[in-house]
Amino acid sequence: MTDHVVILGGGTGGTVLANDLADRLETELATDKVRVTLLNDDPDHVYKPVWLYVPFGQREPEDGRRPLADLVDDSVDVRIDRVTDIDTDTRQLRTRRGPAIEYDYLVLATGSTLAPAEISGLAEGGHDYYSESGAKTLREELLSFTGGELVLSVIGSPHMCPAAPLEFVFMADDWFRERGLRDDVEITYTYPIQRVHGNPHIAEWARPLMDDRDINVETFFNAEAVDPEAETITSMEGTELDYDLLVSIPPHRGVDLIEEADLGDNGWVDVDKHTLEADHADRVYAIGDAADTGVPKAGSVAHYQAGVLAQRLASEVRGRPATATYDGKTLCFIETGMDAASFVEFDYEQPPSPAPPSQKLHWSKLAYNESYWLTARGLL
Amino acid sequence: MSTPDTDPAATVDARGAACPGPLMDLIGKMREVDSGAIVCLLSDNEQSVTDVPEWVEEAGNELLAVEEREDHRAFYVEKQ
Repeated sequence: MTDHVVILGGGTGGTVLANDLADRLETELATDKVRVTLLNDDPDHVYKPVWLYVPFGQREPEDGRRPLADLVDDSVDVRIDRVTDIDTDTRQLRTRRGPAIEYDYLVLATGSTLAPAEISGLAEGGHDYYSESGAKTLREELLSFTGGELVLSVIGSPHMCPAAPLEFVFMADDWFRERGLRDDVEITYTYPIQRVHGNPHIAEWARPLMDDRDINVETFFNAEAVDPEAETITSMEGTELDYDLLVSIPPHRGVDLIEEADLGDNGWVDVDKHTLEADHADRVYAIGDAADTGVPKAGSVAHYQAGVLAQRLASEVRGRPATATYDGKTLCFIETGMDAASFVEFDYEQPPSPAPPSQKLHWSKLAYNESYWLTARGLL
Repeated sequence: MSTPDTDPAATVDARGAACPGPLMDLIGKMREVDSGAIVCLLSDNEQSVTDVPEWVEEAGNELLAVEEREDHRAFYVEKQ
């Protein structure tokens, strides 16, 4: 009998997992004891961290795309199709184009989607760098922006890459200073809770930097509506801000399939945060953004969770007890300007302690972004 | 403060979630309900003891009651 592992989603988590399984289960794959299928609705793998640099003219969206087939080991069956239904009772997936797919183990690596329509006027009045099209449009806006109110509003939480909103305002501050425009640009950062970041240690580190750099801060600001004509954004708490350029972190959701399969709310899968097993179905797992573990929705998290799950799945396939567990490990570089960055590392037990910003860390971040393709291929 | 007689329009179970998850879950639910509706937030995160009342006041809503339960708290918030 052949065990079939199906991975849904070809982002960082799904791709690293597929390649890790290809390596770890090389013998079982060669002897048909196991099959691994990776399903993705886009033939390309997309590396989203590139988008932060696009508005500042430093990277192109194409830099973050490579064909999935070039990244994934040949022993993995890569199928480009969209899953329309998950039946965890019969262990079947239905897809848009192909026949139903039966699985023995299902991994949901379905990531995040943006839901700007949840906030009235946001799609029309706001810009973002959390999508390829958004980053490109924002680049055009920023290049022609020579003065006025720039508002960065964090609306969605949880959202991808929790450091990126701080990075954007630090980079914008530096970018406008370098171009001699900073005195003409007012930068305001809004955040939904009473500090500037969800993690209190990162918030405590970032706030003085923001004050030093004349970045205005509005906390307890949960955007309720945007008026694109009046160029205002108002919050549930009753604050109204004028803007000339609004950059937002839109509300995030997982894919509808998750809720339809009763695996969790808002597209996030309820999981055991150590084993990554779904709470509401057997032989179903989730990694990366799709897994509701409480850790950031970040590429490093997806990468480490994929490594843990590969070990657990290999143990299952071999009929051994699965012992590997995820400890919440998260790594994150945080740009503090155009040529300096900090770095944090933390897990479920150990809080982050941001490193002093340096040019070395900035170059380390850029170097990692280049070498990411080795990570995707399971080599780093 | 005492537990309201009216059943909550929605209950948000954020037990097990790390900060600021419970507060963000509450805010998300408050977006969805109508004025006058009561939302019950279940949280076992200590930070919620200060986070929730601070936000509720800031947003002009009303914290009707905080119920101490065996291993968590129930916060009853009315949307104004």
